Amino acid sequence: MSVNQQAHTGPPYGQPQPGYQGYQQPAYGGQSLPGVPRSQYGAYNGPMPEYQQPVPPQGYFPSLGFPSKGSPVSFNSDSSSLAPNFIGSLRAPPTSGAPPPASGASHPSGHLAYSQFEHGDVQNGIPASAAPMQRPPASQPFLPGSGSTPVSQPSAFQQYGPPPASVQQLSNHMAGMTIGTATASAPPPAGLGYGPPTSVPPVSGSFSPPGSGLYTPYSATQGPPPTSVPQGLPVAQPPFPGQTVSTQRLPTQVPGFAPPPPSTGVGPSSYPPTTGAPRPPAMPGPPLPGQTLAGPPSSQPNHVTSPPPPSALAGLHPGPPMSGLHGPPPPTHPPQPGYQMQQNGSFGQVRGPQPNYGGAYPGTPNYGSPPGPPPPPKRLDPDSIPSPIQVIEDDRSNRGSEPFVTGARGQVPPLVTTNFLVKDQGNASPRYIRCTSYNIPCTSDMAKQSQVPLAAVIKPLATLPPEETLPYLVDHGESGPVRCNRCKAYMCPFMQFIEGGRRFQCCFCSCVTEVPPHYFQHLDHTGKRVDFYDRPELSLGSYEFLATVDYCKNNKFPSPPAFIFMIDVSYNAVKSGLVRLICEELKSLLDYLPREGNMEESAIRVGFVTYNKVLHFYNVKSSLAQPQMMVVSDVADMFVPLLDGFLVNVNESRTVITSLLDQIPEMFADTRETETVFAPVIQAGLEALKAAECAGKLFIFHTSLPIAEAPGKLKNRDDRKLINTDKEKTLFQPQTSFYNNLAKDCVAQGCCVDLFLFPNQYLDVATLGVVPYQTGGSIYKYAYFQLETDQDRFLNDLRRDVQKEVGFDAVMRVRTSTGIRATDFFGAFYMSNTTDVEMAGLDCDKTITVEFKHDDKLSEDSGALLQCALLYTSCAGQRRLRIHNLSLNCCTQLADLYRNCETDTLINYLAKYAYRGVLSSPVKTVRDALINQCAQILACYRKNCASPSSAGQLILPECMKLLPVYLNCVLKSDVLQPGPEVTTDDRAYIRQLVTSMDVAETNVFFYPRLLPLTKADVDSDSLPAAIRNSEERLSKGDIYLLENGLNIFVWVGVSVQQGLIQNLFGVSSFGQISNTLSALPVLENPFSKKVRSIVDMLQGQRSRYMKLIIVKQEDKLEMLFKHFLVEDKSLSGGASYVDFLCHMHKEIRQLLS
Amino acid sequence: MATYLEFIQQNEERDGVRFSWNVWPSSRLEATRMVVPLACLLTPVKERLDLPPVQYEPVLCSRPTCKAVLNPLCQVDYRTKLWACNFCFQRNQFPPAYAGISEVNQPAELMPQFSTIEYIVQRGPQTPLIFLYVVDTCLEEEDLQALKESLQMSLSLLPASALVGLITFGRMVQVHELSCEGISKSYVFRGTKDLTAKQIQDMLGLSRPAVSMQQGRPLQTPEQPPISSRFLQPVHKIDMNLTDLLGELQRDPWPVTQGKRPLRSTGVALSIAVGLLEGTFPNTGARIMLFTGGPPTQGPGMVVGDELKTPIRSWHDIEKDNARFMKKATKHYETLANRTAANGHCIDIYACALDQTGLLEMKCCANLTGGHMVMGDSFNTSLFKQTFQRVFNKGYNGEFRMAFGANLDVKTSRELKIAGAIGPCVSLNAKGPCVSENELGIGGTSQWKICSLDPSTTLAIYFEVVNQHNAPIPQGSRGAVQFVTQYQHSSTEKRIRVTTIARNWADAQTQLQHIEAAFDQEAAAVLMARLGVYRAESEEGPDVLRWLDRQLIRLCQKFGQYNKDDPNSFRLSESFSLYPQFMFHLRRSPFLQVFNNSPDESSYYRHHFARQDLTQSLIMIQPILYAYSFHGPPEPVLLDSSSILPDRILLMDTFFQIVIYLGETIAQWQKAGYQDMPEYENFKHLLQAPLDDGQEILQTRFPMPRYIHTEHGGSQARFLLSKVNPSQTHNNLYAWGQESGAPILTDDVSLQVFMDHLKKLAVSSAS
Repeated sequence: MSVNQQAHTGPPYGQPQPGYQGYQQPAYGGQSLPGVPRSQYGAYNGPMPEYQQPVPPQGYFPSLGFPSKGSPVSFNSDSSSLAPNFIGSLRAPPTSGAPPPASGASHPSGHLAYSQFEHGDVQNGIPASAAPMQRPPASQPFLPGSGSTPVSQPSAFQQYGPPPASVQQLSNHMAGMTIGTATASAPPPAGLGYGPPTSVPPVSGSFSPPGSGLYTPYSATQGPPPTSVPQGLPVAQPPFPGQTVSTQRLPTQVPGFAPPPPSTGVGPSSYPPTTGAPRPPAMPGPPLPGQTLAGPPSSQPNHVTSPPPPSALAGLHPGPPMSGLHGPPPPTHPPQPGYQMQQNGSFGQVRGPQPNYGGAYPGTPNYGSPPGPPPPPKRLDPDSIPSPIQVIEDDRSNRGSEPFVTGARGQVPPLVTTNFLVKDQGNASPRYIRCTSYNIPCTSDMAKQSQVPLAAVIKPLATLPPEETLPYLVDHGESGPVRCNRCKAYMCPFMQFIEGGRRFQCCFCSCVTEVPPHYFQHLDHTGKRVDFYDRPELSLGSYEFLATVDYCKNNKFPSPPAFIFMIDVSYNAVKSGLVRLICEELKSLLDYLPREGNMEESAIRVGFVTYNKVLHFYNVKSSLAQPQMMVVSDVADMFVPLLDGFLVNVNESRTVITSLLDQIPEMFADTRETETVFAPVIQAGLEALKAAECAGKLFIFHTSLPIAEAPGKLKNRDDRKLINTDKEKTLFQPQTSFYNNLAKDCVAQGCCVDLFLFPNQYLDVATLGVVPYQTGGSIYKYAYFQLETDQDRFLNDLRRDVQKEVGFDAVMRVRTSTGIRATDFFGAFYMSNTTDVEMAGLDCDKTITVEFKHDDKLSEDSGALLQCALLYTSCAGQRRLRIHNLSLNCCTQLADLYRNCETDTLINYLAKYAYRGVLSSPVKTVRDALINQCAQILACYRKNCASPSSAGQLILPECMKLLPVYLNCVLKSDVLQPGPEVTTDDRAYIRQLVTSMDVAETNVFFYPRLLPLTKADVDSDSLPAAIRNSEERLSKGDIYLLENGLNIFVWVGVSVQQGLIQNLFGVSSFGQISNTLSALPVLENPFSKKVRSIVDMLQGQRSRYMKLIIVKQEDKLEMLFKHFLVEDKSLSGGASYVDFLCHMHKEIRQLLS
Repeated sequence: MATYLEFIQQNEERDGVRFSWNVWPSSRLEATRMVVPLACLLTPVKERLDLPPVQYEPVLCSRPTCKAVLNPLCQVDYRTKLWACNFCFQRNQFPPAYAGISEVNQPAELMPQFSTIEYIVQRGPQTPLIFLYVVDTCLEEEDLQALKESLQMSLSLLPASALVGLITFGRMVQVHELSCEGISKSYVFRGTKDLTAKQIQDMLGLSRPAVSMQQGRPLQTPEQPPISSRFLQPVHKIDMNLTDLLGELQRDPWPVTQGKRPLRSTGVALSIAVGLLEGTFPNTGARIMLFTGGPPTQGPGMVVGDELKTPIRSWHDIEKDNARFMKKATKHYETLANRTAANGHCIDIYACALDQTGLLEMKCCANLTGGHMVMGDSFNTSLFKQTFQRVFNKGYNGEFRMAFGANLDVKTSRELKIAGAIGPCVSLNAKGPCVSENELGIGGTSQWKICSLDPSTTLAIYFEVVNQHNAPIPQGSRGAVQFVTQYQHSSTEKRIRVTTIARNWADAQTQLQHIEAAFDQEAAAVLMARLGVYRAESEEGPDVLRWLDRQLIRLCQKFGQYNKDDPNSFRLSESFSLYPQFMFHLRRSPFLQVFNNSPDESSYYRHHFARQDLTQSLIMIQPILYAYSFHGPPEPVLLDSSSILPDRILLMDTFFQIVIYLGETIAQWQKAGYQDMPEYENFKHLLQAPLDDGQEILQTRFPMPRYIHTEHGGSQARFLLSKVNPSQTHNNLYAWGQESGAPILTDDVSLQVFMDHLKKLAVSSAS
């Protein structure tokens, strides 16, 4: 971020822009200038297609170049930095926008090439183009590589033009960048610059041959650069999948610009290393310096800054302004050598580039001086900064095809957005466990230094796709599972059998335990038991044990669990038709209670309660001619009035149940009771389960704040004035500790509470949610419930909630190798001590995030092991233990850590951590802490891993290049930064919801998926390619779909073809589209079918049925929609991606200085 | 009026009143020397076939503190249309309606034969009778089934307009809503938590909006039906519903583990029943009918814990102060009983179980409200079934033999004051000039409330003569007492029955023989027994016996004829001759002896003793024994072991039991099957005769007695042997010879020994 962060960015760029404008297309100018960006972007959008092209790396380069121009600052994100850099440049690009055209014109061919690249990987392309122009300045280095430069420039230009579109690409690139990041970008530039030309060509080549082809070339090119780099990085990189990936990307990028941008990060860097070696030489000397520039570029990857620098350079010469950023960069650059080393993996290349840049840099240095300018330079080009879309796409294409085999230790799994199969060969599937890093620092000092939280996100009962096999059930008979004598870890593939198989050594605590006679087996020549493959617990990462009676409460095998449906029958519920709806639905839904395996009928018993100010229990014993209702008015001292006949088998009591469900709506049809109770309802359910001596789940359908005289009575304490004060936290805290105690009792009995809320006003979700939350239940909220619009959503949720797999009375314990320890837990559960996570109920959607801390050293040899053991009662009442094992690597080099991180998981952890923080700290503090931690993480990388580059460069680790954008989304979320339309209940609801989310859910929740429906291929099953969440990506002639796991928006542009509107909505014009639709009309035409199938598919992927909202452009609902365009500045004050990136950069620089 | 016996009998038939003394000693001092207090047994609503009620309001004395009712004893001035109150001497104007009266045209209440008269008055709205069943479900299946059938049957016996309600209880208490279709609905309460009436009404949704309370009665009336209709419904409307509901009643579903008693929330169930009626129908005739099959084992009013290893309290425990729940439980039920009484409702207790059910603690519920108390071994016995059926017996005019919400007001002429009453009533705390400071029984008032009564319900009312010795009463003047009983007839009419009686005064010093001759020893025995039993409730048994003995000795000293220190010279006049014998049997009766009786049984016996009329009471004190043999027609024989002969069949009626005992020879004959041989048909008839007589008693008595058919040597013969005077025991058997009677293995003193001692003590100059 050379970009000088937010503040600067805007204006500075703007200023520069003018200049740039010249270069840039008008649009750009517009954008850059006012920060109005959006609109401008919009304009860009139009260009989209083109953009894409521009997008290509080139853009980056250009940016680089640009940077020099406008914003000297070039970011040098690390390899990715390049990308970033590019980004920077990108922004610059806008300015340069003008140039692009020019370039485009001038270098059409180049552009094309770039563009292609860009599409592919090369984002740089654009930069290149721009670069050229600008670069000259910035990239003096380029100059050197002039030959290349030109090329790059063109691309750059293109990018500029394209930026918007490219943005995505950029992001992709970025990704790439990130990976190889620093290097990548840098390298590219370098490559470009120097070898650039050559490289460039490759780019084009690469285009056609996606990355790989390019790669090779790259590598080749890179090779050189690497030299220096190569050293550490190259080698290392190769090993890492990620790197490889990046490398690949690089190629692509390379092509673009290639090097820099796309590859920028990744490709270049890593590759470079390998190949790098060669390169270095070429680039080396000079490059580095130049790299600085390049750095920018290279660094750009990460560093958005670089771009600026370039601009600076470019403009640069005018650039000085940019300088702010640049300023720093230059210096850094010099050191490049060092950098290279570090950045390396990626950097290798980078360096390469850098060198080139170096040349450029020199110029930059100047910039450096100019620093001031940088800001003016303008904002970053959104296309030049890491794009989530690109990263996701890359991962999908690179890793989606091959099954993920879990045999090896410390493998980083594909992203959650990628569809892949898992083959369990000794480690738990990533569907069960994901870690923030698969390579753990050996010492706590290292861990502290990096500030990367070590956490695992565990979803013990996750649903597997049908192609994967469920964990095998192992029955050891009466003796139960074999366990370590000391730490009680369960038998797993990592246990070491010794003494001919008579004993085994615990892989967690090293204690030696006798193998029980019945379990003895000989070892083969490799020391493996000969029954290795016959026993799931010896060969698989996940499996289940049948628990013995010792694992049961009171030493008694549990009874099958029960479901109790508790329906609010107060006036509101009856009047809205809710009661009738629920009763009707239950009649059929009861046939679908969860069953175990191939059982004929569910073992689960059901019971019914209705309530308003008093509770009504129903006796539905099969022998009765008609149901009996029992009213309990003594809500102060709740009890269950009946035993026999309350919980019944559905099939046996069917007629009575049906009769009951028919009568409930009638009985209360004339009710005038508006007050409700709440705590007594839970108590009633709890008492019922106690009396029946079983675990179970309460389904409570509730409508209002419980103000009737009873325990747990609440008052309306909603006070928006508290927002942004120290007392804001009270909004998230329960009103009374009563519910905490109740929750504790519920957990002790295995009484899980699922709460369906239908509020018409404040009902204090923060308090009502305590019990569901602590018992492992779910909350569903349907504000202003209306039968017509919300019934589908509610019924679908209810159906799924009733049918989904669930375990009861669960206790989870996470054991780890000596050296680290699970210290903190996040999720919906209750803990009575520091190690056991207790959940009354645990369903297939519930996720627990566990944080680990060092309490000793780990060794690189043995790695680190996790064993998550979940003891639970199945839906048929069987007591089981589910075991998940995962082995991780340990490292003594920080670079290894950064190379094996997973940003999605990290965000999952950070979000949960922050969302818990709001309970005890002011929201502002929490946000600052988040920003600070991320800045430290990135600064640590920059300081210890990235190749030396200008301080003005923002260098991001390849694996974390999306961290800023995602983090920004977290910071902007309703909980941490509420807009005026967000209610207190919504915030509490979201807060609790997120706490149980898995990685895939948090991913889409924080960075929604935006699909251009009009781009959908009607004839294929595939989804249209997603685009970035920014208004400028929207074209008013298109229809888009946005989903975040809770809502689906269908956005319709004002100038969408009438035909499309007719096909989709069945009305003839835009104006006739009703925005009260809760579902798309069923129309018989390919487009409608396609869209509906997309919607259905998305609904199918999520654990909750998403609310469908039709948003017409320029309609009032659009405000709501815009809230989810998370890359834009939000109305509630959330920063735009670009601004935030700049801010992040500033923070990092402060830390570094 | 030939003899006092006839006079007494006639009075009893006409007025339902029997005095201990029919000529009253004229001074306080003399009265106390009479030993037996001046008192009477009053049967307030004694069935009078020959007494058509009059359809107008009684005429009251206008003095506010008097308000006596115009009666035949009043002096009437037909000319001036004035009448003088015979209690306070106030002169009153006749009301306008009486303008036409004259010596020959008298209203009924002035005619001497109408010393008892009944008025039907129109007061307030007529409310139907209310029956609230409170049913224990912790019963054996068989018992519950029988009970359900009895309850279903009872529906057909209720008047169609009567309101019925149902509360069931076990571990929880359920108040059933009767007005719903399609689904049976009930309100459930925890069995361990006592609730105030207000809470209960809130929880049942019976609270009326505060507004209507302020608006007062007129508005409440129309509102009442909807409010209470959920729980109390006219029989004709929900007959089928309730029958089904009862049919579906299940045993209490909560598991009872080995070694435990079922958790039974009787205390709360009653509390809720009381609260329900209190909130909906205060001051209306209503019966809460509690059917329970065991002791309350939880919550307020619990009598014993649920651990079977701790047995329910016995007299022994109580004496040792070892009954840990007793006091608290008693207090709970007393509070309830008082509330119920204040509302004019009554509580019946039908307790059927082999073990005790806590009647000791719960007795006040029935005792204070005039409810029935029935004790049996099982609901599946004819004893219960028929007794229960008999609750709904109808009188000669087709109306229930029950009355509700009676208010008994007693007025006396100024020489007398009211000392108290003993019977199924509570004090209304009506202080007045005629209330004595000395209390006997429930005193300190001149008015009592009897929430429920039937034609045999009898109260003992004790008086005190306050006339001072030095203020002689004019010769020929009479003392008068007026009993005014206002009650709700079973037809729901309000009625007032007025009985005015008068007796002569006599100076005990000069006219002792008059007084002596007018002694009603039967009434006196019962009145003394009531006093004794009343005392026994609160005092140690031996103290009561000593008191009784002392009273008896003093009476003998006063009225016996003897030479000092010469027991053999002792004689009692005919009017006293039976009295010592009554006392002998009373001392042995279960009313005073707790040995061999559980606390519940004692409570049960005492309950009935305190409310039955004179005849029944005497049977209780001294059972009747009839002998059937070939030697002659059935004859009453002495309640003595000497009456037990081998060739006799004995029929003993103790009120609570009917025992038919076959003498040794008869039993052998029966075993030999002679009754089946045509030639011995007379034997068959002999066997049948006592059965028929016993059946007759069984048919009419409430509660139905336990029917015992036994023979010489049979285990059940103990019922007979324990009652008869043990004139022959293992101690004196051989001295008496074997030819007559059967020896009783007991150390109890026999009547002979008792009398010997009595004589000795009576003539002793020492005392």
